[in-house]
Amino acid sequence: MPWTKACATQDIDEEDLIRFDHGGQTYAIYHSPEGDFYATAGKCTHEEVHLCDGLVMGHLIECPKHNGKFDYRTGKAKRALVCINLRTFPVKVEDGDVYIEVP
Amino acid sequence: MGKRDYSLLGPDATRAVETGLAAAAWYHTDVPRRGMKALMQREDGPAIRDSVILYGCMIVFAGIGIALWPGWWSAPFWLAYGVLYGSASDSRWHECGHGTAFRTKWMNDVVYQIASFMIMRNSATWRWSHARHHTDTCIVGRDPEIAVMRPPQFVKLIGSFFGIPEVIDFVPRIIRNALSGPTPQERTFVPESEWGKVRRVAQAYCAIHAATLALALWTGSILPLMVIGLPRIYGAWHHVLTGLLQHGGLADNVIDHRLNSRTVLMNPISRFIYWNMNYHVEHHMFPMVPYHALPRLHDAIRHDLPAPDTSMLSAYRQVWPAFRRQLRHEDYFLKRALPPTAKPYREDLHRISPGTPVGPATPPHALPAE
Ligand code: FES
Repeated sequence: MPWTKACATQDIDEEDLIRFDHGGQTYAIYHSPEGDFYATAGKCTHEEVHLCDGLVMGHLIECPKHNGKFDYRTGKAKRALVCINLRTFPVKVEDGDVYIEVP
Repeated sequence: MGKRDYSLLGPDATRAVETGLAAAAWYHTDVPRRGMKALMQREDGPAIRDSVILYGCMIVFAGIGIALWPGWWSAPFWLAYGVLYGSASDSRWHECGHGTAFRTKWMNDVVYQIASFMIMRNSATWRWSHARHHTDTCIVGRDPEIAVMRPPQFVKLIGSFFGIPEVIDFVPRIIRNALSGPTPQERTFVPESEWGKVRRVAQAYCAIHAATLALALWTGSILPLMVIGLPRIYGAWHHVLTGLLQHGGLADNVIDHRLNSRTVLMNPISRFIYWNMNYHVEHHMFPMVPYHALPRLHDAIRHDLPAPDTSMLSAYRQVWPAFRRQLRHEDYFLKRALPPTAKPYREDLHRISPGTPVGPATPPHALPAE
């Protein structure tokens, strides 16, 4: 899969996320408290809700609709109402830009 | 126009899915991301303080009630204990179910389990029913938590102030859950992976209530039931008084919380019992904002909302006549004016009317009221 430039590192505050749409799909890009970057599918696995309006707490993303939580590093569902894990994507940072490997 | 069918398995439920009313994208007031992030931040402090006050008061009131039992002097203490048991548990169940009351997960979970037991809601079922209430707020056939269905049933409504319909519903339901898991309707919103939990929780509730009842029979006194079980009846009135205002008399089958939810300014005691859920439009629009930040959220978005009712009394002055009018005109509802600073209601989003087959001739009459 090709690497796609998603944003600049400074576009995302620490402990926050942004939405990134590409190729008809939507993704979420995260900036962890340690300064690392991660990417997951952009919508919750419970209902079709964009995670970009949710809250990042440490390594968890809380869905804005029903407060389900995922570990955005692994995509693992951590709190009901989410039961299905979130898809994750490889990320790399080069020259101040964040790239994700997506179809 | 046909009558509303509130069954989760009925024709209005099917219609809501077919028309896209179910799981729709709802209107949200724009709030800058940094401001919203600050509002969403979790803390343990406010909820620990409130829980110490709540459970401390319950222990003191019940203790005095037991000490003065069976004298009439115990009555005020039971009334106070009852409101904390049968009403404050509703808001604790609600906030901890959202997972927003505390920052620490186990604290949310502990208070959620205690509150669910007190308010007589299966903790494994109601988490999911409340999710549906947020996805499809007041959508006929989809929302399992519509408090006042149209036309309103006043006997049931008045009975709710004493928890009667809820307890009558709870007893056979919890026994059924304990024996065979969720009911067919509950299975429409509880995922199969949780059905075992629904059953185990029900079995625990049945065991505690049975033990309390056995103790009452053994001692020949209702005192054990005054502590566990009966306060759900004699203390229910406050959560019904505040809860009816959440959506009562407002629109159904719309996807803008400004049309179907109500914010009411309240006295500090009611706000403590209700844990700030009087800011109900704000809560529905942004459910990840914790209860203690709702007054700040209200200030941030009030320019885009109908003016809040200034007291419970002023809200009931509108709600009660609306309920009465809905007896004869099911489609009637209160439509509040927006301030000039607000984005207008999107009338085009609200053309589906319950009880009416969908088709080209469907009239745009979901917003008929003044
Ligand atoms: S939509 Fe994300 S938890 Fe329900």
